[in-house]
Amino acid sequence: MLYFARWKIVVILAICVLGLVYASPNFWRSDNLGTNLPSWIPHKTVNLGLDLQGGAHLLIEVQTSAVLKERLEAVEDNVRRSLRDARIGYRGLGVRGNAVVFTLRDAGDVGRARQLMAERDNLVTVEIDDAGAARLEYPSEVVVDVESAAVEQTLEILRIRLNELGLREPTIQRHGLDRIIVQLPGVDDPDAIKDLLTQTAKLTFHLLDQRNADPAAAAPPGARWHKGTDPVGQVIDYLVEKRVRVSGERLVDAQQTFQDGQPVVSFRFDSVGARQFGRTTGEHVGRPLAILLDNEVISAPRINEPILGGSGIISGSFSLTEAQNLALLLRAGALPAPLVYLEERTVGPGLGQDSIDAGKAASIIGMVAVLVFMVVVYGLFGLMANVALVFNMALIFGALSLLQATLTLPGIAGIVLTIGMAVDANVLIFERIREEARVGRGVIGAIDAGYDRALKTIIDANLTTLIAAALLFWFGSGPVKGFAVTLAIGIMTSMFTAIWVTRLMVVLWVRRRRPQMLPI
Amino acid sequence: MRPLRLIPPDTNFQFIALRKRAYVVSILLILAAVASLAVQSLNFGIDFVGGTLIEVRTKGPADISAMRQTLSALDRGEVGLQEFGQPTDVLIRIQQQPGGDAAQQATVAAVKEALGDSVEEYRRVEVVGPKVGGELIEAGAISVALALLAIMAYIWFRFEWQFGVGAVLALAHDVITTVGVFSILQLEFNLSTVAAVLTIAGYSINDTVVVFDRVRENLRRYKTLPMTDLLNRSVNETLSRTVMTSVTTLLALLSLFFLGGEVIRDFAFAMIWGVIIGTYSSVWIASATLLWMGVRPSATDDLPDDAEVARTLGDR
Repeated sequence: MLYFARWKIVVILAICVLGLVYASPNFWRSDNLGTNLPSWIPHKTVNLGLDLQGGAHLLIEVQTSAVLKERLEAVEDNVRRSLRDARIGYRGLGVRGNAVVFTLRDAGDVGRARQLMAERDNLVTVEIDDAGAARLEYPSEVVVDVESAAVEQTLEILRIRLNELGLREPTIQRHGLDRIIVQLPGVDDPDAIKDLLTQTAKLTFHLLDQRNADPAAAAPPGARWHKGTDPVGQVIDYLVEKRVRVSGERLVDAQQTFQDGQPVVSFRFDSVGARQFGRTTGEHVGRPLAILLDNEVISAPRINEPILGGSGIISGSFSLTEAQNLALLLRAGALPAPLVYLEERTVGPGLGQDSIDAGKAASIIGMVAVLVFMVVVYGLFGLMANVALVFNMALIFGALSLLQATLTLPGIAGIVLTIGMAVDANVLIFERIREEARVGRGVIGAIDAGYDRALKTIIDANLTTLIAAALLFWFGSGPVKGFAVTLAIGIMTSMFTAIWVTRLMVVLWVRRRRPQMLPI
Repeated sequence: MRPLRLIPPDTNFQFIALRKRAYVVSILLILAAVASLAVQSLNFGIDFVGGTLIEVRTKGPADISAMRQTLSALDRGEVGLQEFGQPTDVLIRIQQQPGGDAAQQATVAAVKEALGDSVEEYRRVEVVGPKVGGELIEAGAISVALALLAIMAYIWFRFEWQFGVGAVLALAHDVITTVGVFSILQLEFNLSTVAAVLTIAGYSINDTVVVFDRVRENLRRYKTLPMTDLLNRSVNETLSRTVMTSVTTLLALLSLFFLGGEVIRDFAFAMIWGVIIGTYSSVWIASATLLWMGVRPSATDDLPDDAEVARTLGDR
């Protein structure tokens, strides 16, 4: 028992020292001492969760079904055109669920229709039965690909939008099939950002239709009514040609600038867009060009001369922020699918700080209470358990810092709970030592048997708690995950400190003092 | 300094003799829990049913009835207001809005506009849509069920199967009564509560394992001791540890309950209840189960145990 391999002592001490070293940055964070320290000292601190540092957590769903629907509508258009061109009679053409369906008027056309559809060069599967009922749909793996691509694209666009906002360390990550989590530390009023994130930002250039029409009536063929703001700021209806002359996908840059002291957005097209724009403006000098953002007319200037350089200016009645946001949205590009917020959790800086303070107070008072209690009950051994508990705290914070795990409010609760439960292993050992001493073992025998026999129980007991922590981690979300992490780390570090650190101390003490009686 | 002994070494409570009374208590607790769950269900937080939760700090002490009027005028269905920790802080709960996830979002904007200048700070805004709420319920239920199964499997693996049954009965008892307490007191049942329930499960099983370990050891050591005495002896021998660990854990939890802030208080409460019920169930549910499951025959017929007994006796 008194023998303790030298390497074991070294390992135990090394782990304790490492724990202290890695935990230490957390204590400098609040003052500026840390900035003067040499760089080889670890400087990573525990990441505070949004519930502690304040900030917004947004769970967004990408409505990928809209992408599929758009695709199917394109297929429907395409089918209509080819059937007409081939003079094949049909009825009931439309999108039903995940498929485009129609029925041939004449079952005799089945052969021709099959051949016609087979020539279509895309991913759609075609089935036409002998009675003439046709069904075109995307195979499920194509649907998955399409939807997944839409989510990836959305992720990319949102990332650009967020980065350009100049926020402090925003994070954005994909979550499951069609979801995205956005975390915005320090943002306590995310409403403006939320609007900016979900705006589709689809920009199109059309000509205004100059026929006389009544806004209350249906639009004449080839045109559509769109709401918009006129130069004096009134909402009016514009009659806009359906045909898209140039699309926002052709934009390569957009910047907010000023024109006559007014905030405007300047833009530049790629070569294809520049050619389209040049042709449109060249052929229609004198007519108004409607600029639509998400189906709303933001401006409809008169074309004064052909614009051939591929760049131009959008001047609506913008405020400075609106112009800046518009430029940002145009640079990032349009979203492929609508977005919906499924969940939002925002914590203001005040509550976050209060939670940190309360967590600190609860941890310190809880710890002091446990420390005092242990000394009162176990005397010198209690003192050793306390040293182990302090090292345990250091190891927990060291591990959290090293792993860059996130500390949440429930995580603090996990630490406080660990303080209470960590001494359990020592309690088991010490109680066992007391028992063994009572049945007549000597000092060394009792200590040895105490550690030995308690070990199995400690492992059994801790593994079961670890099982619960692992399940919490897998199934929990956000803050609850943080609780599971600290609980699990706490269980593991406490087993190390309670068993090995105290044992080392006890052995060193026995070697030095050679006690005849156990002070326990 | 002379160490303190909370439990004198020769303590010998007749725990097992009291088991019938404990059964009555437990059955009453479970009946109360089930009845309350049937009648008034749980006070589900927005994590599970969706809805909006806003914590505001007002300028000066909050006039809750005026706020209630203002917010009721928004016509967003049931609005709950509650002072939260101090007179200036109010917790506003608004029920799930019809119209899907987008409708939830609009509610926050409406509330912010209605409260206007009276608010100093929006301390917390949580909006959970119907879809996520349903998923969280599912994940919570699955995790609790899996935890019970995993723990049962572990105990089964480490002990005789009778121990596994005893442990899971104790565990189920603790989980049901904890959920029951949340129903009876209509405390908010949310994600943290599920975390608390799982932690309680972990703690309770921890306690049970310690007693079981001793029962197994004693089964090998005292082959002729009547089962009742053996269980009694095991519980008494581990009593000191049980009390010590409960006390240290409770010290930490009480600190969390009183000082940890409003947000964490219900969680701390659930845990405090769990420590108490978990300790109780280890003795009277888990151990008493061993009595009528008849654990002895299969646990004592292998030879190594005899060898260990001999070693133990030789040591003395």
